[in-house]
Amino acid sequence: MSKFKKKANVEQKIPTSSMPDVVFMLLFFFMVTTQMRDTSIMVQQRIPQATQLRSLQRKTLVKYLYIGEPRKIEEWGKEPKIQANDVFIQPKEVIQWVNQEKSTLDESERDQITVALKVDNETKRGIIADVETELRKANARKLLYSTNLKSGEF
Amino acid sequence: MPRPTPEIPNASMADIAFLLLVFFLVTTTVANIKGLSVGLPPPPEAQQMEDIKIPERNLFKIQVNSFDNLLVEGEPWTGTNDQLTEEIKKFILNNGADPTSSDSPQDAIVSYKTDRGTSHRKFIEILDAIQKAYYDIYAERVGVTNEKWREIASDPEKYKDLYDRGRGKLPDGKLEIPMNLSIAEPTQVGQ
Repeated sequence: MSKFKKKANVEQKIPTSSMPDVVFMLLFFFMVTTQMRDTSIMVQQRIPQATQLRSLQRKTLVKYLYIGEPRKIEEWGKEPKIQANDVFIQPKEVIQWVNQEKSTLDESERDQITVALKVDNETKRGIIADVETELRKANARKLLYSTNLKSGEF
Repeated sequence: MPRPTPEIPNASMADIAFLLLVFFLVTTTVANIKGLSVGLPPPPEAQQMEDIKIPERNLFKIQVNSFDNLLVEGEPWTGTNDQLTEEIKKFILNNGADPTSSDSPQDAIVSYKTDRGTSHRKFIEILDAIQKAYYDIYAERVGVTNEKWREIASDPEKYKDLYDRGRGKLPDGKLEIPMNLSIAEPTQVGQ
């Protein structure tokens, strides 16, 4: 009985002097890895799910186009729109956008530009196909349909 | 008399650091550049306008209408996406065995046609199933898992040997099993 009742007489204190160091380490990690979103997305983004995802190695070569129903319906209407950087563009303006984005890249890398299409689930194929046609004309033929990993797989 | 060394109170340092930490935790968005990778064909005007006749047996036709209903080889499809993947694999690796299926993996073409009214969700779902068929075949040829293969394909320079072996690169630069995926211009019924 007494075996269990015995209480150790040592002080139980967790040393906290190193806590700021630990916290600072975490802080620096997040400060370094954080990337502030440079554009605010103005369209709905319910990203579809898939299993056969591939990731891209060169993140600087990836340029984004967002397609979906505008978030502010009263201002922009219900029709799906294409957002590039901070503005809505027409499918015809995609070529211009590609050239503009290409000019930000190194000369030798311009043909490797990859366009990531972040498209809302409920968007119809029509507008996406229009964008694809323009991308072909602009010679930006590497395409990535942005998707999330289907949950419950693997 | 020695003067007392001035000391900055550092008891609250942890609190301040925590505050900043929480701020960065909340604002962090993990950059997600993942998705289904496809290559687009050359621009329409650059293509020669000759009509190439492709024998019916070498085409695996998948059509989706504006109600997201699926037509596979002209028949309404009721199976699951996994079954569709199996069908595509069988079609690609037929090698002339079944006279109604493909001659060789090189000739086999998966034709994927949607309507302007098809939803993006369905489009991705079927594209996923088609790509799975090819990735599975490649992965099996080099004896790795599908997941590993996609890692290889994402960084072909690093795993050049495996990548070429999986797709069966021939001396003339052609592939034994090319991913012949034709995503056709959508039809105009919906929308």
